[in-house]
Amino acid sequence: MSATVIRPDRNFKYWIIAPAVFLLLAVGLFPLIYSLIVSFMRIDMMDTDTSFAGLYNYKQLFRDARLWQSLLHTLIITAIALPLELILGLAMAYLFLEKMPGRQIFVSLLVLPTIISPIVAGATWRLLLDNQYGPINQILGWFAGERVNLLWTISPTLVYPAIIFCEIWQWTPFMFLILLAALSNVDKSQTEAAEIDGASFWRSFRYIVLPAIWPVMAIAILIRGLDLFRIFDIIWALTMGGPGTMTETISVYTYNQGFKQFETSYTAAIAFLIIAMLTIIVTWAIRRMGLAK
Amino acid sequence: MSATRRSPGMRLAFRYLAAALITVVFVFPVYWLFIISFKTPDEIFAFPPVWYPKSLQLANYHVLFKDGDAATVGNSLILASVSTFFAMILGTIAAYSLVRFKTGGENLAVWIISQRMMPPVAIVFPLFLAYVFIGWVDSYVGLIVLYTAFSLPYVIWMMRGYIEDIPLELEESALVDGCSRWEVLWKVVFPMARAGLFATAVFTFVFAWNEFLFALVLTRTEVTTYTVQVTHYFGGQSNFWAKIAAMSVLGTIPVFFTVAVMQRFLVRGISMGAVKG
Repeated sequence: MSATVIRPDRNFKYWIIAPAVFLLLAVGLFPLIYSLIVSFMRIDMMDTDTSFAGLYNYKQLFRDARLWQSLLHTLIITAIALPLELILGLAMAYLFLEKMPGRQIFVSLLVLPTIISPIVAGATWRLLLDNQYGPINQILGWFAGERVNLLWTISPTLVYPAIIFCEIWQWTPFMFLILLAALSNVDKSQTEAAEIDGASFWRSFRYIVLPAIWPVMAIAILIRGLDLFRIFDIIWALTMGGPGTMTETISVYTYNQGFKQFETSYTAAIAFLIIAMLTIIVTWAIRRMGLAK
Repeated sequence: MSATRRSPGMRLAFRYLAAALITVVFVFPVYWLFIISFKTPDEIFAFPPVWYPKSLQLANYHVLFKDGDAATVGNSLILASVSTFFAMILGTIAAYSLVRFKTGGENLAVWIISQRMMPPVAIVFPLFLAYVFIGWVDSYVGLIVLYTAFSLPYVIWMMRGYIEDIPLELEESALVDGCSRWEVLWKVVFPMARAGLFATAVFTFVFAWNEFLFALVLTRTEVTTYTVQVTHYFGGQSNFWAKIAAMSVLGTIPVFFTVAVMQRFLVRGISMGAVKG
């Protein structure tokens, strides 16, 4: 082959990856650099002071009680919802693991919550949880034997259960589907052999099944953990962060600072803090879960 | 295990019962949403709540079409399908470059995947200011570019796995037959990765279709998506229940339809994507 034929080939690999890399840089790196620069200024709704303000905004972060509370709210929701989704998803995956006639119909129906928009999911639960016209209080009333009037999205003690119900309802099926696929790939002869040898269900799960499904399970936990850390839509639809700021998560707080208070520089500092925290958590999680290759 | 001691018939019956119970719990909220969209105002605000309406009247939908609110579903359709189209093409050729030529080594691949963890709320504010500057707020092109970019890490990650499965000999023989590199892409790689393309496209489409935060910040009146439209009815007043439900159903039916049609690719997509990681 002559050199003129080979030459286009040599750059071909760059040509085909360039558009994707360019887009990712434009959408990923530009905001990062912009935030970094702006976070050292003092721009807000009233003031467009672009002179260097040093670490002013970053010092503010440490004094901002509402910021740390929103972080705490996010972690509470994650710490409760994620294990529950995992355990329920795993139990459901076991239930549907063995073939049974009509299994596909059940699985198809169970996918529905996951493919609905989180905004619609939140709206749906708002309707379900309405104190007067919602069916949940009605069903609770049947068991209680009297009229139940729980203010799910308003009462301070009930908002977290409300958010977590909605979250679990929407994402347990996601865990279920992934774990069902993972369990189906586990070598059956090993678990059967263990059963014949008299190993208990738990022992065979712990020493045969779990190691086999762990790579998939770890990715599912990581994906859901990241999604929960930036939870926004469900909160927006259910409580808007209320009552007061009781259910304000880190994403809702950042949104409010940026688009309601127009604290440009301060929002940039928060954005930077979030990205830094996520980078540390993800790096740690990937090492810890043995996902790094 | 105690379950093995029971008779197989009993066991199957027990499993059906559990399966039915779980399915009812998970499907009931969807049922409730759909049923409210068909209720009359009297039925919506009846106490105790009505579990099925007397008739499937369509007045709630009629209002949405008459006022033009239903057009927001059209906006979602344009944004989701165009961005999926671009993300699939750009993502697949980028994945091909990563797999076959090891472009940028492992570092570039890891960087691309790491972009998936970027929290939208941390980048949407700078992007909003940039969009104001270049006049992309409330435009199709602005959101299409953003959705395409946001889907790329996922598409590249998934398509990498599918492209690895294509036998190298096929591409080599196409090259020997005189195909150019581009022709190999269109004539060998894309057709061979068809199943993967469909499975990945479903998820990319559903992501863009359901997206809320970017649409909330970057649209005003012209390209409002249905998710943003739904939140416009959250006035604190419960009078808009019918609109919330009907709008949600209008926005949800296309997704149910897409997923139902693509079921066969979907299950494979979920399992392959997760297992291959």
